[in-house]
Amino acid sequence: MHIHEHQAKAILKRNGIPILSSHLVKVGDDINSICESIIKQPWIAKAQVHAGGRGKAGGIVRIDNPNELVSVVTKMLGTSLITNQTGETGLPINAVLLEEVTDIKREIYLALLVDRGSKQIAIIASAEGGVDIEQVSQQTPEKIITHFIHPAAGLQPNQIRNIGYALELEKNQHSQLQEILFNLHNLFISNDCSLVEINPIIVDSSGNLVALDAKINLDDNALYRHQDIQILRDVSQENISEAKAKELGLNYVKLDGNIGCIVNGAGLAMATMDIVKHHGGEPANFLDVGGGTTQRKVAEAFKLVLSDNNVKSIFVNIFGGIVRCDLIAQGILDAIQEIALQIPAIVLLQGTNATQGKKLLENQSSKIISANTLTEGAQQAIKLTNI
Amino acid sequence: MSILINKNTKVLCQGITGNQGTFHTEQAIRYGTQMVAGVTPGRGGTTHLNLPVYNTIDQALAQHEIDASVIYAPAAFAADAILESVYAGIKLIVCITEGVPVLDMVKVNAVMNDSESILVGPNCPGVITPGECKIGIMPGDIHRSGNIGIVSRSGTLSYVAVNQTMQHGLGQTTCVGIGGDPIHGLDFIDCLKLFEEDNATRGIIMVGEIGGTAEEEAAEFIQEKVTKPVVAYIAGVTAPPGKRMGHAGAIISGGKGTAEQKYQALENAGVATVRTPAAIGEQIASLINA
Repeated sequence: MHIHEHQAKAILKRNGIPILSSHLVKVGDDINSICESIIKQPWIAKAQVHAGGRGKAGGIVRIDNPNELVSVVTKMLGTSLITNQTGETGLPINAVLLEEVTDIKREIYLALLVDRGSKQIAIIASAEGGVDIEQVSQQTPEKIITHFIHPAAGLQPNQIRNIGYALELEKNQHSQLQEILFNLHNLFISNDCSLVEINPIIVDSSGNLVALDAKINLDDNALYRHQDIQILRDVSQENISEAKAKELGLNYVKLDGNIGCIVNGAGLAMATMDIVKHHGGEPANFLDVGGGTTQRKVAEAFKLVLSDNNVKSIFVNIFGGIVRCDLIAQGILDAIQEIALQIPAIVLLQGTNATQGKKLLENQSSKIISANTLTEGAQQAIKLTNI
Repeated sequence: MSILINKNTKVLCQGITGNQGTFHTEQAIRYGTQMVAGVTPGRGGTTHLNLPVYNTIDQALAQHEIDASVIYAPAAFAADAILESVYAGIKLIVCITEGVPVLDMVKVNAVMNDSESILVGPNCPGVITPGECKIGIMPGDIHRSGNIGIVSRSGTLSYVAVNQTMQHGLGQTTCVGIGGDPIHGLDFIDCLKLFEEDNATRGIIMVGEIGGTAEEEAAEFIQEKVTKPVVAYIAGVTAPPGKRMGHAGAIISGGKGTAEQKYQALENAGVATVRTPAAIGEQIASLINA
């Protein structure tokens, strides 16, 4: 799960990590009175959306003249921000974080994440903060400092010293880094994070380390044990269809093509998109109805895919295991009872009860076409987008 | 011959009285798997599906010889269930449960490193040696005993791979679903090593997907250590970066873990790759008959 910068910073603050002083202005707030009440000084207005690339997109604005505060915030709130990560519709700005302006002597990159290779939490640090860390790691990997935290030993002071000296910190900053890293590690574990990234953590004019930006991602699988974090979810930042799919127990990711895909199993769902592309088509979505899917879920999946106006044909690819193909077929029939099927649906049923499933679909609708192989199914789906 | 499990493997089920545990234990018994006992805390002393149920694995071990355990316990209790098996000294632990918190697996892994036990999963279909032993949720009847070893991160794609071998008149020695989570037990390299050592296995099918670098590491291992023909398919060529494709581990992040990089690494290592799962069968058949 993703959370907003202001929510991440609140977590940092609660855990003793220095951040800049700030005020949050939300849609519906009295902007005038909030701006009136805060100190007359330069502020940075930061649009709160679940995407990077805000600066270049105009989502981070420096306001030097206090008289312009109200107009800048008013202009931002309630609009959408389109960055290179949001897609063309952008994301709604429902809150703006006003943060004090500070002098920056240097910018450092700091992150904790779950590292798949070592199967441990890793600390990543770099003196090249504030920039795209992926570029640093590709072009100058020697500038990336990595330490792994053994779950039994925990984070050790020697690791922090090594990071501090590698970053060429000044004397007073070593103890600050120690406190920050211990706190970060604790909050990482106690909140079941999958990523905590501070890019940059800065050295201000007084020589102190301060977190300037913050990104925290949480492990979806662990949300059940964090009620306080569940409430931080902001549905307005999620794709409407994807959020709806989640509620229905479906895994759905919208793409830009015109061939809707309905598949059981995540790997097969990815493979189905690939096959469509391999034969020259463009998949409209990733959709996994799940291993233990039901008739009902298949019907919902059908409706979900049909709600995408770009979809010109549908490729249903089911490999029946525990799930029986005849149940899937019944789900398809249920769906077209509810919504008239205007576009062709190519159905490939393999595995458990495939023959019975195929039989159920026979002569039910001129739009439903049975396929016998993966290749044939994909080719049919592509061909029929043109009709 | 086979890897990991065979007709003599005696299996215990953790979470046997739950819906999943009940359904799949029934299926396993029907397939011929030697299910010997179940564990559900608080249900000790009862019987379920004609099998004795114990409160703990230690209690079960006092009465039975057990080679493997299979876990259907809910996600919140799965890590604890894995560790109970490890502490009890069970040699093979297959965790089917989906949705285990990743930091739980960080802890489990640290314990596994100091143990002799082998973990498969979590979030996996399990392991099957056709005609002998089925541990997990895969449909038994799509398999047939033969000479192809299959290892896959995805469940349904492993069924497709099985189907591909069948369409070309081949069968399987053992199929292993290693699971779709970022941190899991047995990996591609472990399975490749076992298949390489297994006399009955003549060819190997490896099904990977986006995310992580396990396929790249496997490519290096194949180049150095595997003499048997390997056919590899990687799912997710069309997956957009930053979006999780169902499996927690199937995500391209920081420009890493793309299907293209994995294909590159495998092809550089001389592995026969296919760009669609529909070509797996033909490719492996032509390689082992060459």
